[in-house]
Amino acid sequence: MSDLTSLNLHRAIQGLRQGEFSCRELIQAYLERIQLLDLDLNAYLFTDPEGALKQAEAADQRLAEWRKFPQTELPPLLGIPLAVKDILCVKGMPCTCGSKILEGFVPPYHATAVERLLAAGAIILGKTNTDEFAMGSSTENSAYGVTRNPWNRERVPGGSSGGSAAAVAARLAPVALGTDTGGSVRQPASFCGVSGLKPTYGRVSRYGLVAYGSSLDVVGVFGREMQEIALIYELMAGVDPRDATTVDLPVPHIDLNQNIELSNLRIGVPKEYFLPGMQPQVEQAIREAIRHLQALGAQVEEISLPHTEYALPVYYLIAPAEASANLARYDGIRYGPRLSAATMWDIFYRTRGEKFGAEVKRRIMLGTYALSAGYYDAYYGKAQKVRTLIKQDFERAFQTVDVIAAPIAPTTAFPIGEHTDDPLAMYLEDVFTLPANLAGVPGLAFPVGFDQQGLPIGMQLMGSYFQEELLFRIAHAYQLTTDWHLRTP
Amino acid sequence: MSLTREQVDHIARLARLNLSDEERERYREQLSAILDHFQRLQELDTEAVPPTFRAVESQRAPRPDQVQDSLPRAELLSNAPEVEQNQFRVPPILD
Repeated sequence: MSDLTSLNLHRAIQGLRQGEFSCRELIQAYLERIQLLDLDLNAYLFTDPEGALKQAEAADQRLAEWRKFPQTELPPLLGIPLAVKDILCVKGMPCTCGSKILEGFVPPYHATAVERLLAAGAIILGKTNTDEFAMGSSTENSAYGVTRNPWNRERVPGGSSGGSAAAVAARLAPVALGTDTGGSVRQPASFCGVSGLKPTYGRVSRYGLVAYGSSLDVVGVFGREMQEIALIYELMAGVDPRDATTVDLPVPHIDLNQNIELSNLRIGVPKEYFLPGMQPQVEQAIREAIRHLQALGAQVEEISLPHTEYALPVYYLIAPAEASANLARYDGIRYGPRLSAATMWDIFYRTRGEKFGAEVKRRIMLGTYALSAGYYDAYYGKAQKVRTLIKQDFERAFQTVDVIAAPIAPTTAFPIGEHTDDPLAMYLEDVFTLPANLAGVPGLAFPVGFDQQGLPIGMQLMGSYFQEELLFRIAHAYQLTTDWHLRTP
Repeated sequence: MSLTREQVDHIARLARLNLSDEERERYREQLSAILDHFQRLQELDTEAVPPTFRAVESQRAPRPDQVQDSLPRAELLSNAPEVEQNQFRVPPILD
């Protein structure tokens, strides 16, 4: 049997059903690879080999019964391994959010996205590394050590969902869940040479997702091929009574095997996303990918999203402001470690002061300031108004084009340690991903080339609200005629 | 835009964060630089622009108010650092 971890999701599903290999063999193959590679990569913060193998045996039994009655329905993901970013609750597995303040916390319930995938038959291999509370662009802000980029161990994998991106790139999981508040799925997908979806805001329930920036957070997914991502997305998406921000729209089944016709497609390329300081090979690869879509029949035109440059200050006021409120719950009273003190107030001060990491404290401080009396209008209030202008840029653009194609980051994966002393330089890594979050539109990342050092380059397609399927179709057409997504480190 | 030591202390107090002297100074410098960079927002005239609180409004009606079971108390207390008589234990909060 060739290496089972090299199969794509649909081949794995097919192989399990046809009895080419058992679920136990499939799970074992991933567990062995994790054991072999992850000491070095640190993509996983927690793995559950016994639990996963136990579920594999149950899946094998179910498959054996099904083969006797193959006309009956099987759960669509039966026996398929999955990695979950350690910021989504999985009942019974530790959830640290990359923070010391949640060390030892074991959630008593599943996140809705996780619950739906488990109900579809998925088997969770473990929890993946993240910047603390998803605040970061490199996983260097994890309290449990940086994740290394599988393409070059001295480089970051991106962040904040760097563990999930690295796990898929290194084939330590076929698919993995991430979250995207300001680019945290798309940027690590780009840095690790995999594909990743940030759905429309409100499309996937956040129940059981540890909140960072509540007006921005979405649950997303990593994989290699569009069919993999589309299937996981389709199973997670949809209204949830436990998350009032989910939108009640039907989730149609996505079949990418239908004929793909790009000739009526209008692609906009925003001129503000090509900056003089960006790495030349990144720009070249993006331009080349756009030419490729053009060769497949799409019409390409330059467009303008004039408020793009303001997305950085808007995001870094709104997200920290929301974070400062969301993270008020970590007080050492109900969960997590407690530093002892004579008064309850001192428990708060000590526990939060010592257990939050530097970037989380920085954002809490920034957000608290932006919301404080006398500064609210100038900072938070102003940011929310400029957010409207950014959103209107997208609404205007989607009157003339169907999708927007753009770079994800100005550079490929940067060296570990490069930005750790300069928070503003780290924030600047996010300039191209923040606007989609502020506007709430979906964004899909996929690999379109490599730089001279062999580091992957990704491109994003942004669509109008709930246009995920269109993004999948275009990227699928691209992947059918290119092989960047099939390269492995 | 330069924050003072007093402003940093005030923010840290509002956020209930114990900070070392070194952290206070570092955050004072870094937050000042970040806020400086953010001054560019003031270039834009937003007098007539409404704020966006959330990118997509779900437009859903509130669900009916029905009694349902919540998670078992023992499970919710299982993560608490200190428990007494089935409750979270804290130091006295009133004198």
